[in-house]
Amino acid sequence: MTDFNRRRVLRGMFNGTAVAVSLPLLNCFLNDNGTALASGAPIPQRFGTWSWGLGMSKSIFVPKKTGPGFDLPEEIAMFAPIRDKMNLYTNYNAFRDAAPNLCHTTGWVILRSGTAPLNGGSKPGETIDVTVAKKIGTTTRFPSITVTATGDPRDTQSYESATSVNNAEGSPLALYSSLFGADYQDPNAKNFTPSPKILVRKSVLSTVSEDAKKLMSQVGAEDKARIDQYFTNLRELENQLDRQSQKPEPREACVKPKLPPELATGVDYQLVARRHRLFTDLLVMAVACDQTRVFNATYSKSFSSTTKPGYEKPHHTASHEEPIDPKLGYQPMVSWFLRRGFEEWVYFVEAFSKVKEGDGTLLDNMLIYASTDQSFAKIHSIEGLPMFSAGRAGGKIKTGLHLDGGGTPGTRLGYTMMKTLGVDIKSWGTQSNDTSKEIGEILV
Amino acid sequence: MTSQQYSNMIGDVFGSDIQIGTPIPPRARAADGLLSTAASSVGIPGGQLMQLQRAATSIANQVMDDGDIEKELPAHRAYLVPCKPQADNAPDDACAEKFIRSTGRLLFRRSLDDAQVAEWVGKAHEGADHLKDFYAGLASVLEGMLIDPMVLMVVDTTEPDPDRPGQRRLDAYSLASRLSLFLWNSVPNDAVLQAAESGEIQTPAGRERVVEMMLASPRVENGIRAFFDDMLAYDNFDSLAKDGKVYSRESAAVLKDAREQTLRTVYDHLIVRNRDYRDLFTTRDTFMSPALASVYNVPAVPGWAPYSFPEDSPRMGILNQVSFLALHSHPGRSSPTLRGKALRETLLCQIVPPPPPNVDFSAVEDPDSNLRTARERLTAHRANPVCAGCHKITDPIGLAMENFDGAGQYRANEGGAPIDASGNLDGKEFTDPQGLAQALHDHPGVPACLVKRMYGYGVGGLTTAADKPQLTYLNEQFEASGYRVPDLLRAIALSPAFGNVVEPAAAPTPAIKTAGLTASGSAAQ
Repeated sequence: MTDFNRRRVLRGMFNGTAVAVSLPLLNCFLNDNGTALASGAPIPQRFGTWSWGLGMSKSIFVPKKTGPGFDLPEEIAMFAPIRDKMNLYTNYNAFRDAAPNLCHTTGWVILRSGTAPLNGGSKPGETIDVTVAKKIGTTTRFPSITVTATGDPRDTQSYESATSVNNAEGSPLALYSSLFGADYQDPNAKNFTPSPKILVRKSVLSTVSEDAKKLMSQVGAEDKARIDQYFTNLRELENQLDRQSQKPEPREACVKPKLPPELATGVDYQLVARRHRLFTDLLVMAVACDQTRVFNATYSKSFSSTTKPGYEKPHHTASHEEPIDPKLGYQPMVSWFLRRGFEEWVYFVEAFSKVKEGDGTLLDNMLIYASTDQSFAKIHSIEGLPMFSAGRAGGKIKTGLHLDGGGTPGTRLGYTMMKTLGVDIKSWGTQSNDTSKEIGEILV
Repeated sequence: MTSQQYSNMIGDVFGSDIQIGTPIPPRARAADGLLSTAASSVGIPGGQLMQLQRAATSIANQVMDDGDIEKELPAHRAYLVPCKPQADNAPDDACAEKFIRSTGRLLFRRSLDDAQVAEWVGKAHEGADHLKDFYAGLASVLEGMLIDPMVLMVVDTTEPDPDRPGQRRLDAYSLASRLSLFLWNSVPNDAVLQAAESGEIQTPAGRERVVEMMLASPRVENGIRAFFDDMLAYDNFDSLAKDGKVYSRESAAVLKDAREQTLRTVYDHLIVRNRDYRDLFTTRDTFMSPALASVYNVPAVPGWAPYSFPEDSPRMGILNQVSFLALHSHPGRSSPTLRGKALRETLLCQIVPPPPPNVDFSAVEDPDSNLRTARERLTAHRANPVCAGCHKITDPIGLAMENFDGAGQYRANEGGAPIDASGNLDGKEFTDPQGLAQALHDHPGVPACLVKRMYGYGVGGLTTAADKPQLTYLNEQFEASGYRVPDLLRAIALSPAFGNVVEPAAAPTPAIKTAGLTASGSAAQ
């Protein structure tokens, strides 16, 4: 569509006239080799994170075999259906250098930001999802979406800076209304009728933006940074309105999901699983309908407080208080909690792999990065951390592998992912976590 | 602005029937344990601005709605827009201006100047014109105002202080906002803004009149509830749940009512009856709901009703209410450590260090031993000298609350063994929960901690060494008043520190706070 046409269309709708645009039939969406949408635009890249708390039970978690066809020890036996869609990373380290070991914090902050935090309030850098969203999340309605199966908005591992934390959505119902509520535009709708309110809204935003500018000129340096951030986000809001006034690209796999039920608060494992699955299904469609290309999902927070009805301790307390069973060689209840989380990881990966896109699946055009806060939670160890990835990033990443990191920085995975997604960086991380070495084995 | 302040603002300006949702998520606590202080240094991330924008759309649509006779919904526009347009489907600048001036003044917490009014009226005109709907045009303006940085952020503007040459103070509007957020946890109303407009609020007598008027207003209930909800970390109730298999009587309704019970007790005790703050920890007077009655094992009457525990009841003071006991426990069992830690941190303003990273807690759950009560388990744990240091300061208090299980229900035994609820608080020995309540009542740290928290809450920043003379003065005042909280609120609101700016700044620049209030020390920096 030329600029002239677009202006005309916008003026048309501004006067309350609907602009009907006919669409090609569904099977015409893709080009012949299935790598692009009908418009010629390539299938977009997407990035997601998944996090679980309290690591693993090493003796029944780490496979004996590395490379393809790796064995699945007891604690991860449920990975069988997704083994070849994911990679398992073990024996990677997070280095705190001179910083203290902040229990349940240091590990995940390093894996997400590349830098060890100096104290409970410090949040170094920005998290990997924020960096990636700046690269690939600028054209969708939501630059990124963050959810938590715990239901508590504070359980998030995404932040722009120490004072700017991306709180998680804890209610699937609320996420549904943000994504598929009144402002949702079905990319496959036959008629495109942009809301005439969009331009009015944009015009009002210009006044708001003037106020922000005025304020900016009056305040000191520290506050300036905050107004500046507000200002940037206001711009993003304007861009979002722009995008809503244009006809969206049709999306083959997009189907508006059903309204999820309202769930009770609480973190008993069944409730968490239910919340997690509702969120997963919504995220799948958020991606399939191209509402976002970057997302974060938390299964359990770093101090996992998941409970099992009838068992008096939450997961975190159990990790410290339950003795290691001398016969089994691990903490049975702690492993029970971990397994419930790994079952959800399987659900998560499968959900994206069930949706067809191009000549493959949605998952094939994604990269999902999963990390945790400790390796052995009982003693707050951050050595030998486990991580997962899933998806092939449009054919750039190999899957089905178990990689032994040999004690190298865990930041290598984040670095590899950012490079794969086109983030132009020479290295990632600071001090001992600084790396410029990709995990070459997974690159195609 | 905090989530609660935002909803109070909307409720006070447009009425409590406007649905708001939760556009502002809860935050992490600041080092002084208050959420409101943390809010003074946060930014607004992108995702949140979008949430705020969606909330603004919904609020604006409700304010401008035409009602629904069938559903018995009132037409909000009929009373929230102070005039009727000449035609519903066309711009009407005069009527739009009336709405923008009056509502804008309340939302921006100061009168809009003519240029600002003209700008917004222009937008309303444009919108009404394009959408062929006067109210839709006005709704789009309201939507914009609700995400305007001057509305979302509390902007402190300073001016030269005539009484202290070379020094600065908050200007009248900033002072009005700050007083309102402190005493009401909401924005100033018309009367307070008038006192700012006339400059009256800057005179000692004027400020005194305004503060008296604010203390006499029913809105003070919101203010006092917000403060204690923050100080007692009740936001954690939002994600609290109990194990239904262990505690069959516990439900979301019980936990919600438990929070409400204590807040009602606090408001009634401190404000309505104007009683001694320390007696809050020994009072037997409270309120009971049917859901709570089953947990307390007392007869139920419909709704909320005043209730007094009998003299021989172990329930004495807010510490022995379900809220404190359940909040500081695990989902399926009590925790003397968490309770002791919470008491020290929230009520005595002390800091209990976190456990060292590499502790083996297995002794707490040794399957081969016969440790039936929490006291026995913790005694075993304290055998480790690394752990003993901190547990010595938490457990002797927490163990005195062991007669109440993780859901706050009374019990005499645990695991078949009788519970020994003796302990000591900083040298004062006792044998039961009532003894602990009395020891806390008599602890000099209790009123001092309230003074410190309330002062920090009022000025919106962490208290530092520079605040010491202020705190000493306020402690003396509080004691002299017989520990009456309205007197403390008044003393803080009228204290010079509340409106003065400690001067390091050269230029008259305003400071921005996204929420609540601004530290006097940080304004103009």
